[in-house]
This record gives sequence, C-alpha cells and structure tokens, in this order.
Amino acid sequence: MFKEMVINSVKEMDDFAKKVGKTVFPGYLLCLEGDLGAGKTTFTKFLGASMGITDMINSPTFTIMKIYEGTLDLNHMDVYRLSGIGMDYDLEEYVYGDGVCVIEWYKNIIESLPEEKLVIEIKIIDEFKRLLKIEGFGKYEEIVKKISN
Amino acid sequence: MIILSVESSCDETSVSIIRDGINVLSNIVLSQIDIHKAYGGVVPEIASREHIKGITMVFEKALNIANIKKDEIDLVAVTKGPGLIGSLLIGVNAAKAFAFSNDIDIVGVHHIAGHIYANALTKDLVFPLICLVVSGGHTELILMKEHFDFRKLGETMDDAVGEAYDKVARTVGLGYPGGPLVDELAFTGEPNYKMPDISLGKTYNFSFSGIKSHVINLVHNIKQRNEEINIPDLCASFQETVSEVLVTKSIRAIEEYDAKMFMIAGGVAANKGLRKKIDERINNVEVIVPEFKYCTDNAAMIGVAGYYQYLKTKKTDNMRLNGSSRIDLV
Ligand SMILES: Nc1ncnc2c1ncn2[C@@H]1O[C@H](COP(=O)(O)OP(=O)(O)OP(=O)(O)O)[C@@H](O)[C@H]1O
Ligand SMILES: [Mg+2]
Repeated sequence: MFKEMVINSVKEMDDFAKKVGKTVFPGYLLCLEGDLGAGKTTFTKFLGASMGITDMINSPTFTIMKIYEGTLDLNHMDVYRLSGIGMDYDLEEYVYGDGVCVIEWYKNIIESLPEEKLVIEIKIIDEFKRLLKIEGFGKYEEIVKKISN
Repeated sequence: MIILSVESSCDETSVSIIRDGINVLSNIVLSQIDIHKAYGGVVPEIASREHIKGITMVFEKALNIANIKKDEIDLVAVTKGPGLIGSLLIGVNAAKAFAFSNDIDIVGVHHIAGHIYANALTKDLVFPLICLVVSGGHTELILMKEHFDFRKLGETMDDAVGEAYDKVARTVGLGYPGGPLVDELAFTGEPNYKMPDISLGKTYNFSFSGIKSHVINLVHNIKQRNEEINIPDLCASFQETVSEVLVTKSIRAIEEYDAKMFMIAGGVAANKGLRKKIDERINNVEVIVPEFKYCTDNAAMIGVAGYYQYLKTKKTDNMRLNGSSRIDLV
C-alpha cells in the first residue's frame, strides 16, 4: 500500500502525527526518511505528544537513541551515523521491543529491519510545505489507509 | 572522604579518585576518539566493546596513581545517565561490582551534574548561580540556589547547540565533527547573511532546528542560482545568531535570579565564539569556564558531583542501580 500526501504547514504535520498516534500498538515500527531538516524529529515530537508523553522530546542525533517512558514507550532513534556500518546490537533489542520505535535515517540499517513496517518519506517542497510518501508493509498496509485521508 | 568515580556514558572510559570533592588524586581517561573518527562519530556497539576492553585497566591505573588502598575508599560514584545505554551499563556494572566486592556504598550521578561540578575544581561555587550547559547532546540553562540543587530554566526543544553546529558543517560540506571548524571559519568571515530570529520570546527554552532549516534552504537557493556560498560569512552569521541567543538568555536568567556567578559546562564550552561573546557581555558577575581537561568527559567531575550529592542527600543507591539513556537532572 502506497499513498502520497501534501502537508502545507507545521500545524498540518501535527494533525497528521495525531492520526498516526491513533494507530500505534506495542512493537510498532515506524521508519522515517528525508533530508536534513525535512521534519523527521518535528513529526516525532508530535507523535510522542499524541501518545501522551509529556517529557521534552528533542533530537536523538547525538546519542542515536532516546527512550521516553509512557503507556507505550517511545524509542526514538536517529541512525544517520550508522551509515556504512549497519545495525547496532545495542539498539536491536529496542527495534524488536514492545514500545513504539521511530527511526530517522532508517535506510542506514535497512537490512536488519523486519519486513513489516510503516515507512514515511518526507520531501521538502518549500519552507513549510512537505510531500509525504507513505508505504506500509504487512499489517501496516491497513494503517496507510487510515492515516492518509 | 575519598571517592572512586566512574564515567563511561559515551566514548571515554574514565576512573578517578578524589578526596573531599576537590583533591584529584588520579583521573585516568581512556579516549576512544581515534577509533570512532573513521565512522564520523561514536558508534554505540563499538563504544561498548572498547569500554569492556579498557575498564579494568583504567580502574587499576587510577588506584595505582592515587596510591591508596581499596579500604580507604568511602564511596563509589558512577554516571547513571544520560548517555549511550550500552556504554553506561559497563561503567555502572563495573562500579557496582567494585562497590559490592569491597563493601563500599555507591551513588549514581547525573552526567550533566558532573559537567556542572567540573567547574568546582576551578573555583568555589557561589550561589545563586546560572549554568549554561552546551554540548553535542545538551543545551540547558540551569539555576542553582545551593549545592546540588538544580532547577532547569530551559532546554532545547529540538537540536542541541553542538548538533546544530555539526549539521551546518554537514550542509556546507565541512565534514565531521564540523562544529569546531564552523567556529574557526566564523572568525574569518563577516555575519552578512540574514538569519532568522531564534529568540522565542520570554521563554528560557531554545530551538535550533529553525536556523538549521534556514541554512539548508539558503545553501540550496544559492546553489540553484549557480552562485558561490561564502562559507566563512555563513559560519559567522550562524555563530553570531546562536551565541547571541545563548548569551542573551543567560544574561536574562542572571538578572532575574540575581545570580552571583555564571558558568558554562559541556563540550561546546570550548567554542571560541561563545566565549568571546560571554567575555564581552557578561561582566557584572563572576564567570567560570572549566579547565580544558575537565571540559570533555572525565570521572573526576563525577566524583565532585557525587561528593556534593552525597553531602546533600545522604542517600546511597543499592545494587539495583541501573543506567538510563535519558534521565532528567531535575
Ligand atoms: N510542514 C512542516 N513539517 C515539519 N517541519 C516543518 C514544516 N515546516 C517547517 N518545518 C520546520 O523544519 C524543521 C525540521 O527540522 P527537524 O529537526 O524536525 O528535521 P529532521 O528531519 O529531524 O532533521 P535531521 O536530519 O537533522 O534530524 C523545523 O524547524 C520545523 O519547524
Ligand atoms: Mg532529526
């Protein structure tokens, strides 16, 4: 299942993240792609807020992973630096854990990720406008429909 | 009181022995920086392995150089977070094993408390004080009214300062870690590029993702017009805006809380542009910057923080002490 949609503002990104937040379950795997500054972390902040996390969610780039405890934990990763290295075993248990796992720059570890996942690519159109390319595999096919209208 | 302290939250394996929170008897730091350089940054799994390889040797060396016996140690202090989870666990488990087998109490210490207390090795702290914590992973403005009493006035809502520097460097192709290079180039350029307002009004929070996006768009647009980017000017413009917001909010906090002392802590404390601006603008309170050897991660600072933490709380942890990738200072 593949869908495209245009987001015109930060507010619309928030609304979109809220829709995604309604579909999460333990073990949820969401992969994000998009250039520097595309809005991957911004989206994840909104998603975490919609999951009820009240702690400040900020960029995981430096530590590669930040864990936020909640009804469902949010495991927020940025694997930009694992380019050419691949999956890190210190991270693996969180990818397969029972929280919600969001991975920025997921392509760097794609070989070690499960088939079944939700992939959202964010393309910068201009300052505030983004094109989202949403693809779901396995049980995530249904979810694409739910979040893209 | 003699404390043995352990730090392993990122890419330095370090053990220190310190008396009364001030006399550093030994401070051994085994850096992995050369190993990670090839990967453009710290790789968690490799860091964990290197910590395992080095930790026993670092413990032994710290004990030997301090020339004390294990039964003279009163307390073990260890970084419990934040940091890389696998790396933290090695320090925490080594510290627990050492404490357990020698029947010594243990306390888990917050990494940022350590960076703040690195300054206490330079000068006695005077309260109230404001501390600006700036590093690759942190940007926080902290108020302390007395020893080991932290109040977070604000923090970054997205990228940390050091991270924003590295990302700007990446955008203009300066390589990794580009932050120090941006700082250097900034001194050879003029702040001619217009940067967005990142002051966010009255809050003490910071946001650097907006200026990051702005730089990315700017570079993209210049390239589309087939024009040359003036990299030194871009660095100067970025540095001016970023250091301005850091210093302006610090000054506002100093005034609002009537601070007697201002200090910076963390890796970006070495940034020359920031230091220059602090020199120019903050002169009505005492300013301390950490000694260079205590700017980067080290166990001595954890020993100092652990000392004041214990004095204040009289609390110790037990063998259930665990590492955590993300914990709040307050
Ligand atoms: N429609 C939008 N959706 C998301 N972010 C937007 C939008 N419009 C503008 N922005 C801005 O773009 C920036 C996105 O930065 P963010 O740190 O989220 O990007 P990122 O994809 O995580 O980058 P990095 O690769 O550095 O981790 C923010 O400053 C945000 O406010
Ligand atoms: Mg990000």
